[in-house]
Amino acid sequence: MSESYLPAGMPAPVPAGDGLDVAYWEGTRRGELMVQRCGGCGTWQWGPEWMCHNCNSFDVGWHQVEGKGLIYSWERPWHPVHPALKERGRYTAVLVELPQAGNIRMVGNLLGPDDQDVVIGAAVDAVFEPHDDAETPYTLVQWNLSGGT
Amino acid sequence: MSERTIRGKVAAVGIGESTYYRHGQSPDAEFVLALQAIMRAAEDAGIDAKEIDGFASYSNDRSDPSRLSAALGIPDLKFANMQFGGGGGGVAAAVANGAAAVACGYADCVVVFRALAQGQFRRFGQGAPDPTVSGDAAYLAPYGVMSPAQKYGMRATRFMHEYGVKNDVLRAIAMASYQHAQSNPRAVMHGRPLDAETYDNSRWIVEPINRLFDCCQENDGAAAMILVSAERAKDLRQKPAYLLGAAQGSDHRCGAGVLNATNFASSSFATVAPRLYETAGVKPGDIDVLQSYENFTTGVMMAVVEHGFCEPEEANEFFTLDNLSAPTGRVPLNTSGGNLAECYMHGLGLQLEAVRQIRGESCNQVPNVKLAMNIAGPMVTPVSSLIMGSEETL
Repeated sequence: MSESYLPAGMPAPVPAGDGLDVAYWEGTRRGELMVQRCGGCGTWQWGPEWMCHNCNSFDVGWHQVEGKGLIYSWERPWHPVHPALKERGRYTAVLVELPQAGNIRMVGNLLGPDDQDVVIGAAVDAVFEPHDDAETPYTLVQWNLSGGT
Repeated sequence: MSERTIRGKVAAVGIGESTYYRHGQSPDAEFVLALQAIMRAAEDAGIDAKEIDGFASYSNDRSDPSRLSAALGIPDLKFANMQFGGGGGGVAAAVANGAAAVACGYADCVVVFRALAQGQFRRFGQGAPDPTVSGDAAYLAPYGVMSPAQKYGMRATRFMHEYGVKNDVLRAIAMASYQHAQSNPRAVMHGRPLDAETYDNSRWIVEPINRLFDCCQENDGAAAMILVSAERAKDLRQKPAYLLGAAQGSDHRCGAGVLNATNFASSSFATVAPRLYETAGVKPGDIDVLQSYENFTTGVMMAVVEHGFCEPEEANEFFTLDNLSAPTGRVPLNTSGGNLAECYMHGLGLQLEAVRQIRGESCNQVPNVKLAMNIAGPMVTPVSSLIMGSEETL
């Protein structure tokens, strides 16, 4: 098992059965962050959907974006709600906005000490966290403070 | 246009609930709890339960109206309604949907109900046990964002950051519910008061916004409310609580995936609350008593702000235990003890409490209540809220 922020046994992501977000999950395996951008009007969109929310075009294409963002919000769960987390202790989740992609937002963990101060607005960089040993291998997108921790 | 309103056309005339239990403690099956609440609401209204001809619920209640109708021996089922999505955000909408059916003649006697035995089915506060997740959960659960406290915590953190809201606000909301529960014998937390020190020393569920006492309980129980036309209500034995207005929904892309709601630092009521006041024809300052669904105290704070009781920048001054306490507070809040301390009856208990306040029968009665507001589960989508009034408000 690869080194991961949260313990083994967490729910494993699989692409939606209707094929909506295959491009995202295939992208993370390559170390690329793929998000939606409308082929009609250029609007960035996240989470994935079949239609552009701005112009209602079905031509919602996938574009690679740079894995850089700003912390928009955060939380630190202490109370475990899943068996895999029983021994983990507190961990930090962040909501990251991507200014270079229409301020769309993504959720991940903020790597580093579990008790670190979290500053809304701080710059963060994407870190790809592969889970190669999963039944269907997948890669999560985690975040590190820019400049390293 | 005056015809396109619910104002004054329908009244709540009967309320009832099962015994309220901690989760896993109900000796009765969930379906039995539903029947108990419905029978007690009918008895309270002074009608035969067989007069019920419509059902309205929310959050995919498992007690199917056709089964209820068969069990009760109802001769002519006319309305079976379920509010889509939003969990407890749908409770006021369920009342509104039932009332709409009465107002337009689809049914004559609708019971709004919710039965929930979290001990017999999945607990709301736990992550789903599935080994794999897809759709929106695929972008959240692998990062440990699974339970409602975790899914909505990000909204609250952002709101408190934007407006400088302090955690003292959350403590005041929690203490108000617990204080009110101490005079409510129905309350699961009756006899278990909460002081500031206990709150401050309680463990984090989700830092920096949810301590243990900021989170709703998980319970077993059922509640029911019977709605009839205003004309019929006059002939029944209880003082009617008239529906003055109701609104449901959410604003732009509130349901966008991976926490991408346009108006993120929000309880989802930004467009719903103005519609509510417009249809009811009243203002926030007119409201005598307020029930506001506590999934988390953060949601209460944001929902009360978005319903115009104070500006977000005034939250630290507005949300004090004195201001929120019955009978004399500025806006008495959650006077039954609510989801935090009476019972997490998915918000329907709070709706019943508004009826009691209008009747003058609450355990924490606010003097001379004419207008009572109910805000359903915040931060979800769709949300809903409503205003009830006494006869003199018509």
